Parts: sequence; structure tokens; C-alpha cells
Amino acid sequence: MTPFTNFESRMVKLPLNNVDTDQIIPARFLKTTSKQGLDKQLFNDWRYDAAGNPNPEFVLNRPESQGVQVLLAGDNFGCGSSREHAPWALTQWGFRAVISTSFADIFQQNSLKNSLLPIIVPPGVHAELFAAGPSAIVKIDLPNQTLTTPGGRMVKFPVDAFSKHCLVKGVDELGYILEQAPEIAAYEAAHPATINALG
Amino acid sequence: MPRTIIEKLWDSHVVHESAGAPTLLFIDLHLVHEVTSPQAFQGLRERGLKVRRPDLTIATADHSIPTSDRSLPIADKIALKQLDQLETNCAEFGIRCLGVHSSQQGIVHVIGPELGLTQPGMTVVCGDSHTATHGAFGALAFGIGTSEVEQVLATQCLLQRQSKTFQVHVDGRLGAGVSAKDVILALIARIGIGGGTGSVFEYTGSTIRALGMDERMTVCNMSIEGGSRAGLIAPDDTTFEYLAGRPHAPKGAAWDAAIGRWKQLVTDDGATYDRAVTISGDTLEPMITYGTNPGMGVSINAPVPEPSQVADPMARDSITKALAYMGLEGGKPLVGHPIDVVFIGSCTNSRISDLRIAAGLLKGRKVSPKVRVMVVPGSQEVKRQAIAEGLPEIFRAAGCEWREPGCSMCIAMNGDQLSPGQYSVSTSNRNFEGRQGKGGRTFLASPLTAAASAIMGVVTDVRTLL
Ligand code: SF4
Repeated sequence: MTPFTNFESRMVKLPLNNVDTDQIIPARFLKTTSKQGLDKQLFNDWRYDAAGNPNPEFVLNRPESQGVQVLLAGDNFGCGSSREHAPWALTQWGFRAVISTSFADIFQQNSLKNSLLPIIVPPGVHAELFAAGPSAIVKIDLPNQTLTTPGGRMVKFPVDAFSKHCLVKGVDELGYILEQAPEIAAYEAAHPATINALG
Repeated sequence: MPRTIIEKLWDSHVVHESAGAPTLLFIDLHLVHEVTSPQAFQGLRERGLKVRRPDLTIATADHSIPTSDRSLPIADKIALKQLDQLETNCAEFGIRCLGVHSSQQGIVHVIGPELGLTQPGMTVVCGDSHTATHGAFGALAFGIGTSEVEQVLATQCLLQRQSKTFQVHVDGRLGAGVSAKDVILALIARIGIGGGTGSVFEYTGSTIRALGMDERMTVCNMSIEGGSRAGLIAPDDTTFEYLAGRPHAPKGAAWDAAIGRWKQLVTDDGATYDRAVTISGDTLEPMITYGTNPGMGVSINAPVPEPSQVADPMARDSITKALAYMGLEGGKPLVGHPIDVVFIGSCTNSRISDLRIAAGLLKGRKVSPKVRVMVVPGSQEVKRQAIAEGLPEIFRAAGCEWREPGCSMCIAMNGDQLSPGQYSVSTSNRNFEGRQGKGGRTFLASPLTAAASAIMGVVTDVRTLL
């Protein structure tokens, strides 16, 4: 994983609550066996019309959204299925952070494993960000866990220490778990399996 | 200190704890399917890793598999490639695969329990958010992403943070025409789809105790629709009876020992939960969803909300948008609304008792000629049992399609889908925009409500047919 660095960006605003992962990337695109090429299908059914042409009304298709790295979303973003294709599609499009008042558990965990930072802000800050103008910029500082609003206010956001460490240093979790092989072996020795799925 | 069953399950699976990191938790059963695993196997290959515990891992093909005649070649080349990849990956990494042509193939959350692989006291994971289904056995079961699938394949462990405990207490006798599906839809309508975020549900109370295992699975299955990654029910005699004699259940002395262990899996007297909600089973009515998330549900004769009555602007916008997508007017009940399709299936409601209940209502009746009715058993085993009981004949005589096992129109990856604008009453778990086909509109309900609506051709209160 590449280390997560501080950055500033304008915001793409999606003022809807409970955006589910079927909207982020519809299931019919999950027949792929690869992680790549999913940016084109991000928000597919809102982004394209029946003929497959970009819907000019949809926020991702507006010229000012191009190159933006922050998605400002409504409450409970990423609910529904566990598909990691959702953060893959979001990061491949170019997003590095999503701001909301809350995230679904599995989406949040999947995002943290893919250098996509889920930033939880209180409702007041959330409303202030939605009210900000189109050229407004937010600054994101992960080591200090701060978001600087367009008005210059610094807001602390929560991230658990381990995820932060992994993101900032570019540490991959699997490598960390593999280092605990002795502890895993000890647990296995003390807890013989009660099933054998092989037959 | 008195503990909940949720805490007991957690404590007994802790492999390692270190300051500043999440707990390393051991996984007793890992279920794998074709959609969320290819990238995980590829990750193992790139790192030169093996599957640590093939004996605790099992795979099946369910999501992208056709539900038409399986002796025919699979027409969708991309789906075929994904299904082939699953077989290849399982062969290469030494995992048993109940693939397209296996006599034990089925929806991953149907086959785990019916093979007796899912057992009380286990931790169960799958790259699928409905893994909570297995919680019906008193297991801590939750969905994971593909990176975590790779982690479990390689290490049989996951880094986890302990969730909050959330008691869902349901007491009383369910009325005629009211079932487990209505219990869970009522819970989600009550707490909202984010209501259980960060929590694990324990379902308790006399209503839950009276449910059979298939129905308990229906309840636990949709825990994720209430925002909770896991939901469980402490095991009891109903659980043990279900498991006895299943292919992977313990036998002989091991069975007796297992029962002894499993009986410990209860919430201690005096243990407390972080949150709790109580639902009265006596007063529940058949439930149905009107909107584009499973929390947008009402009892069958109640009006759908009128957006102008909703105070919070973003919530109002969500309902307005949902009703626009669904082509519905606020303030009116759904009963009597015409439908085009009925789908009876999915990991929520495709087990033998679901099919029996639907067949019971359909026997000697005809479905409306305006409605396409698909009945999709959850597994080959469910299909065999249904055939043994003569259910396919009942469905066919009523005018339903009897199909091959798989996820089918629950997720509409395999060609079973709604056309834009069509309405469906579905026994599955998600009514998100496009979930059952682009532009399709889903009303979620119980198998009874689905069968009643199939007969009448409109959304129907099943109690009028009983
Ligand atoms: S039936 Fe539906 S919800 Fe269940 S595993 Fe299949 S796609 Fe997922």
C-alpha cells in the first residue's frame, strides 16, 4: 500500500442518505475477476442514461467534479453488500476520502484497507460543508486527524490508531497478521477443529 | 462477571491482543463464493501464500450461476469465466468446491447450515454481508470484504474490534399470516437501516424461541439490513434437533460432548447489553417495503409515508426520491397495487419451510396470468426435499416457474431480473434501486405475502386468503 499523505481538494457533493453499495457499483459489474477498471462503473445507474450516455445532471459528470478527491455524502454511506468493489471503484475514480456523519461497518473497514479515508463529522460540520460553495476546499491531515473546513475551522475526526498507522505508513494488514503465526499455531493447538470441510 | 453470548463467543476466539491494534480473532468456518473471492486468491498467488486451513473452508457457486437447465452450457461468458475461476482456484489451493454441477451446490448461507458445517459457538465469515444468517445457530457470523477473505484464507484469522451488544427482544405469539420475515422487516422499519451499526444483535424472547431453524435464519439473515454485521440466537433444543444427523455434525460421543458445550452458550443472568429494543410479537402484522431501502417498510394495510410530513430535509429528500423511483404516491397503502413479478427465493426465504408455506397457499389455486412467478430453491438439497414432497408440481400447476438453485433475482447477476419499471413482490432482502434489475421496483415481503400477491396479481394482505 502506498502511504496516505495529507492533501487538499474541492468536494463532490452527493446529498443523499443511505447510499448503498449497489448504487456505488451495481451487482452486474461484479462478474469480473479483476480489481481494475471499475472507475467507469462507479455510480453507473445514476451516471449514465438508458443508452449508456453520461447523464449531465449527475454530479460526477460535471466538469467541476473532475480531479476532485473528496466525496461529501449523506448519512450511513456504503450500506448494503460487502463488495470491496465499492472502495475499489471510488479510489480508481480518484477519491481519497469520503466525508459523512456515519458509514456502514463493512464499507468502512473495506475503505480503510484501500487507502480510502472515511471521515466522520458531526451533523453541524456536515451541514456547513454541504452549504459551502463549489470552489470551496477542504484540507485533510491524517496524522493529526483534522479536517480544515473551507471557513478555516479545524475539526478533529476519529480514526482508530491501528488503521491510521497502516494508512500513514502504507502497512498492509495481512503482513501484520502473518507475523503472528506463532500465536495462531498456539491457538490452533489448543482448539482442535470440530469439522472437516474437506470430506 | 456475567456475559452475553456475544461476549462469550468473542472471548473464546481471541488469538492475540496487543496494545494499539485490533484483536486477532480465530475463524472456525470460512465460506467462499465466486464473486468476492477471485481477487483474494490472486492476492495469495502474488504473495506466494497457501490456504492455511482448507479443512475449515468451503466454496460454492451461487451468485452468477444460471437458474435454468444446468445441463446446458452457460451462455454468459463473463459469468462462465468467473465460475471456472472459482473451480480453478479451489483446485489449486486445495479447497472443496460445491460448484455448478455439485449435488450439494446452493446459496452459500443455505448450504453451510444444511451440511451441518455451521455449528453453535463458531465464528463464521464469508465475503458476503448476509453471513449473519449463520447466527441462527448461536454462532458469531459476519460478512467481510475481499481483502479480509484473503486474510482469512492465508491465516484463518481476522483483525477485529469488539462490537457493541444489542438485544432485540420479541415476545408474544405471531398471528395468522405473520412470519419470521415480518418480525425482521418490522425491526428494520423501527430502528432504520443504520440503527444497528457497530453492534451485534442477540434476538431473544418467546417469539424467537417458537421459531424453527429456517425461520431463525430468516431473522438473522437480515441483521445487516438493520446495520448490524451480525445477529444471533442462543442455541436450544430446536437448534440441536436441526443439527442431529447432518453430514458434518458431530456423531456419537462427540455429539454428546458438543451438546454439553453448546448448552453453555447462553447470555448469563445479570449480563447487560449496550442497547436494547423490544417488539411485541402479538401485534405484528404482515410487513412490506415501499421504498428503496429495507428500512422503508410498513404493515401491509398502512399508508406509505407522505414526504411533506417528514421534518428532516435530507430524510424527506430520500423518501421523495424513493417514491419517485418506485412510481408511488405518498399517503396511500400498497395493498391493491398491481405487480408484474413475484420472486420466492434468496438466502432469506428459499429453504424448505419457506417453499412449503408458499406451496400451502398456492395448492389448488392459480397465480394471476399477469404475473411471472419464479420459485428458486436455495440449494440442491432443498430442491430434492421439495421434489420428495411434491412441491414443484404444486408450483407448476399454479402457474409458477420452478428453477434451479442460486441467488437468482435477489441480485440479478445471472439474467433473472426485472425490466425497467416492473414491480415485484420479492422474498429476498434488498430493495435498493436496480437491485433486481436496472429500473426494477421491489416490494420486500414474506413468502406468504408473495404467494398471496401472486394469486391476486396485486399486493395482497395474505390474511384475506386464509
Ligand atoms: S441470495 Fe441474495 S443476499 Fe443471499 S447471498 Fe445470494 S445475492 Fe446475497
